[in-house]
Amino acid sequence: MTEAKTRPLSPHLSIYKPTITMTMSIVHRITGMGLYAGTLLLTIWLIAAASGAAAFAPVQQFIASPLGRIILLGYTWAIIHHALGGIRHFIWDTGAGLGPERMMLARLTLIGSLVITIGLWVLGYAVR
Amino acid sequence: MNSTSTMKTPMKRVRGLGSAHSGTDHFWRQRLTALANIPLTIGFLCVVYATLGKDADAARAVLARPFDAFIIGLFVISGVIHMKIGMQVIIEDYIHGEGSKIVALALNTLFSLAIGAACVFAVLKLTFGA
Repeated sequence: MTEAKTRPLSPHLSIYKPTITMTMSIVHRITGMGLYAGTLLLTIWLIAAASGAAAFAPVQQFIASPLGRIILLGYTWAIIHHALGGIRHFIWDTGAGLGPERMMLARLTLIGSLVITIGLWVLGYAVR
Repeated sequence: MNSTSTMKTPMKRVRGLGSAHSGTDHFWRQRLTALANIPLTIGFLCVVYATLGKDADAARAVLARPFDAFIIGLFVISGVIHMKIGMQVIIEDYIHGEGSKIVALALNTLFSLAIGAACVFAVLKLTFGA
């Protein structure tokens, strides 16, 4: 019985020094969960729109508020980061991108997500 | 020679999908919806851009246009299937109690179905009118 208790555990997250590839993998999962919760906001947006202008106007007002914009900015970044992470997974699915270049791919995911998010918001303010 | 107990070939076992009774369909569907989500997200962003700066009536008119409604509908359906499978993987990775795992898996399925149904219903109502 005591032997069973002192059995060695296989090493897990807490034992490794964080690396960019590992962090981007974790962030991919976290953004996925964020987008999962975010579908609730998409549903509120669509149901309010379907309910009529009287219901939709306050939802639009909230989205335009500072808090609403922060949430939408986070949502934009999450979807772009998750999309780029997904493209990285497609590259891995072909068997490519698993060598030393994986570091560059992970950095591209992070930098690309920030650049594209800023670009989308600049475009948003421009077309508005 | 050493397996006289069965005449089954490995291929037969693969076709029968083993004791789990399912194969790689989640893996495949996750990639199929991921692929669809790329153009659909771009399409959805285009619809959102078209509503920016518009008042409630004008923005509703954008969402009611057939093509815009079609894009949102596909985006929601593909997205909901993708997120349901994704959350199932997370649940199976981290929730180890058999009871709580089954509850979490059921809630995940119900939440995804409810979100998908609500969004599709809203889009149809918008595009077909009151």
